[in-house]
Amino acid sequence: MLDRIGAASLEDLFDEIPESLRITSLPGVPDALPEMDVARLAGTRASADGRPLNFIGAGAYEHHIPAPVWALVTRGEIYSAYTPYQAEASQGTLQIMYEYQSMIAGLTAMDVSNASLYDGASALAEACLMAVRAHRRSKSARVLVPATVNPTWRRVAGVMTEGQGLRMETLPYDAATGRLDPASLARLAGEDVTAIVVQQPNFFGQLEDVDAVMRWARANGALVVAAVNPVALALIAPPGEWGDGGADIAVGDAQPFGVPLSSGGPYVGFMACRMEHVRQMPGRIAGRTVDTEGKPGFTLTLQAREQHIRRAKATSNICTNQGLLMSAATIHLALLGPAGLERVARACVARTAELVSALTRLPGVKSAFTGPRFHEAVIRLERPVAPVLEALAAAGIVGGCDIGGDYPELGHALLVCATETRTQADIGTYARALGSVLGRAAAQEA
Amino acid sequence: MRKPEPLIFELSRPGRGATAQHPAAEAGGEVPEAFRRKRPLPLPEVSELQAVRHYTRLSQLNFGIDTHFYPLGSCTMKYNPRACNSLAMLPGFLGRHPLAPESTGQGVLACLFELQEMLKHVTGMAGVSLTPMAGAQGEFAGVAMIRAYHRARGDHARNEIIVPDAAHGTNPATATMCGMKVHEIPTLADGDVDLAALEAALSPATAGIMLTNPSTLGVFERRIVEISRRVHAAGGLLYYDGANLNAILGKVRPGDMGFDVIHMNLHKTFSTPHGGGGPGSGAVGVGKRLLAHLPVPIVGREGERYRWLDERDVPGTIGRLSGFMGNTGVLLRAWVYMRILGAAGMSRVAEYSTLNANYLLARLREAGFEAAYPGRRASHEFIVTLKREARELGVTAMDFAKRLLDHGYHAPTTYFPLLVPECLLIEPTETETREELDGFVDALVAIRNEAATNAAALKAAPHTMPVRRLDDVRAARQLDVAWKPAAR
Amino acid sequence: MSQTPADLRYTKSHEWLRTLPDGTIEIGITDHAQQALGDLVFVEVPEAGRHLAAGDACAVVESVKAASDVYSPVAGEVTAGNPRLATEPELINRDPYGDGWIMRVKPAGGTATETLDAAAYEGVAAAGG
Repeated sequence: MLDRIGAASLEDLFDEIPESLRITSLPGVPDALPEMDVARLAGTRASADGRPLNFIGAGAYEHHIPAPVWALVTRGEIYSAYTPYQAEASQGTLQIMYEYQSMIAGLTAMDVSNASLYDGASALAEACLMAVRAHRRSKSARVLVPATVNPTWRRVAGVMTEGQGLRMETLPYDAATGRLDPASLARLAGEDVTAIVVQQPNFFGQLEDVDAVMRWARANGALVVAAVNPVALALIAPPGEWGDGGADIAVGDAQPFGVPLSSGGPYVGFMACRMEHVRQMPGRIAGRTVDTEGKPGFTLTLQAREQHIRRAKATSNICTNQGLLMSAATIHLALLGPAGLERVARACVARTAELVSALTRLPGVKSAFTGPRFHEAVIRLERPVAPVLEALAAAGIVGGCDIGGDYPELGHALLVCATETRTQADIGTYARALGSVLGRAAAQEA
Repeated sequence: MRKPEPLIFELSRPGRGATAQHPAAEAGGEVPEAFRRKRPLPLPEVSELQAVRHYTRLSQLNFGIDTHFYPLGSCTMKYNPRACNSLAMLPGFLGRHPLAPESTGQGVLACLFELQEMLKHVTGMAGVSLTPMAGAQGEFAGVAMIRAYHRARGDHARNEIIVPDAAHGTNPATATMCGMKVHEIPTLADGDVDLAALEAALSPATAGIMLTNPSTLGVFERRIVEISRRVHAAGGLLYYDGANLNAILGKVRPGDMGFDVIHMNLHKTFSTPHGGGGPGSGAVGVGKRLLAHLPVPIVGREGERYRWLDERDVPGTIGRLSGFMGNTGVLLRAWVYMRILGAAGMSRVAEYSTLNANYLLARLREAGFEAAYPGRRASHEFIVTLKREARELGVTAMDFAKRLLDHGYHAPTTYFPLLVPECLLIEPTETETREELDGFVDALVAIRNEAATNAAALKAAPHTMPVRRLDDVRAARQLDVAWKPAAR
Repeated sequence: MSQTPADLRYTKSHEWLRTLPDGTIEIGITDHAQQALGDLVFVEVPEAGRHLAAGDACAVVESVKAASDVYSPVAGEVTAGNPRLATEPELINRDPYGDGWIMRVKPAGGTATETLDAAAYEGVAAAGG
């Protein structure tokens, strides 16, 4: 091959690189290992992390994933395919995108969905930017965000929107109900607000009065961004059906559909909107059309909004979507169907109610908020949460998420979750372990 | 003649379901009436076999690396080792909640820490954050860190980012997202940045410059040391777009070239799967100047224990970019890949990807195709321009691309870079054999011969794919992006 | 071969201007521009009542391969955006100087963008401007 090129050695191929920059070794990078040895190392480390019993939600939820989902998405034709820029060689990917878009649009009751964003947090950030672009009359770029919206999502939205002049303002919540405080909205009546975000169910697991938010938004000319848990949509009103014509943009993380917890990602953000805003929506979109013989087919559409064409004026700099996970979500939903998803949602509500009941029977454990919830709840303890969680972890239980750092006003507070994957026996195990941990701690202090 | 595959919704029949996947029915689990969904869930009702067959058949409509040579320039379509997937999906990694106590995550944290270290060493940088979830997010982090650096020094005038006109579209889009102005400078005919134009563009408003090296034109920026000197002298910083890192792994390091921040595309250089469009992962590396501003969280080690470093440990951080800590499953796949390759493997990647690209370029030039930068070595990719064929035979690069599909090859990149008319940006990668490359040359030659005698066949290509050329004007004018059930 | 009617004025950024009997300026994009863009799939026109400075980006024309801004050559107030373009963007491809008009502006005076006659514009277009 070197002969055909006209080079004497492999090194000659790099002769355009200045000599002073060239390196001949990489100290600090270990030597190669055969696959067998890497497998042993990975196996040891994965086993060390074990399989504790999980009771955390807080934005990532453990659900049963039907066996066919990952058997199908790890097929080479899906796993190792590229973005479908050559549509004729990518009809599989494109049709899966179209089906995904249809399912998300249907679940959220919105007109149109894109083919996914990176995760729920960045989807919320993109929705805030989109609302400011889409809202013609509002000049303020003020976006109201209740403190009941996931705090990490709020931080990410802040980082991603800061450079474009958005003003994100936090709204307080009611201490008894753990919901957005309606008086805080009343105080802002008549002001120029571009958009308001509401999370349903909210970060605490509580169900917000979304119709009241819609009424306020419509009366004040603000757009509504709905951040929703997609499993909850099997039971609760979707954003498109909220009062006064429904929300303008719906976002969230579709991780509960077919995507394992995986120590933090990759997950899959979703975004759907009203048709009138579609040109402001970032991310890829697959459209159905016909070929030169009139046969139906699919292709990427509305690409003129995207970075590879619009460059500095693109709706976003986003390039990849979460194709593999989007495919997993689509197949997962096809396998669950409406009946299966509804049963999953009901089981989540029921198990969480049982969990809260079992835990609050223990002395020194109280539920923080009254009012209806979905599948998460805030529990208050009378002692610091972190050591309790460590002791539970030592007993093989991941008991919840310590939210006292983000919500110091709640004191020693813990966010717990039970999905359909937790049995009543699991809940009993947790309650006994917690009782034992708290009992030992109390005894030590006595 | 296979029938087109219907939509999953068209396969649906009321009452059908994959009942093995439904949890047991139970009486409870209600939400109060006021919150309830009123209309039924518009999801398909199909059996498990129907779903499996449907998605299997859809997958068979795709080209993938596992089935086809995929020389997409700037995408690095190399083999995705299967071990990366199976090991990243070991139960202990797969089932772990990201917010579980660190004591239950020492295994995965050890892998991520090692990945940070390996990436630091191959790039010659002082620190790495694994959190950006894609190359574009890595770019955002990079530009945001540059802005944070200047602000921390009290310099609020620097709001311009210099971008060569050959840059990937994400570069100017990212600069705008960070509230910066884009100042475009031209590229010379030999493929290098115009130094005089660069000098004219530098000013007290310059925050930095975004460069790819080797560039998007497939050639190494030979005066990079000089560029770096001038930009730093003017008070700006250098950002490296790591899309083409594959060409220089183990041969030269961006840190040594003078770059202050780099983003890497783990889904390109480190072989994590493209998955039909994602997930990516855009880890960022920084030199000492920007260490204080890295996005969090980062894995830290204290003795034998690993823990997450967050806002308290990195007070100057630009903040968080993801709901948790980035695309951990993708990071684990990259870790497996790098451990299998090892140090010597990294430089083999650069050597063989560059060998394959230069071989392919030589063979195509022998066959009469025109290189866009004939005086230059190819890096790991190169550009062929079909402007002569377009003029003489009336066929476009897109026509060649579509006809290549009939020959069983995914087309090279045609939509980019914008600077070269009728271009094919070709990147074979190091995992292809010589026979595969020879076959590709033969196909291009056959297509050009066909263009001379039967241009209509090219213009109507592809002929043998599941669909013919698609009407994308209609797709945009008559927007159909979601299936709707027939109105009742 | 693109058309360049002699009785109109043009800009370097491929807009044309026609002065209507009531003094309003009618603005669109040239035949050369619509050919370069290809089949238009979407057009965004400014709202009546909007005030523009000369050189403001005030409309967007989008094809499958590009989305371009349209710049107002004059300062003034928009009296109308072409309402037919919302459902028939292809009017610009079919009749760029007639039914494909994009907007009408009541000029406010003051500096305007430099405009060219047909011959000068054809020179710009031929040079690949």
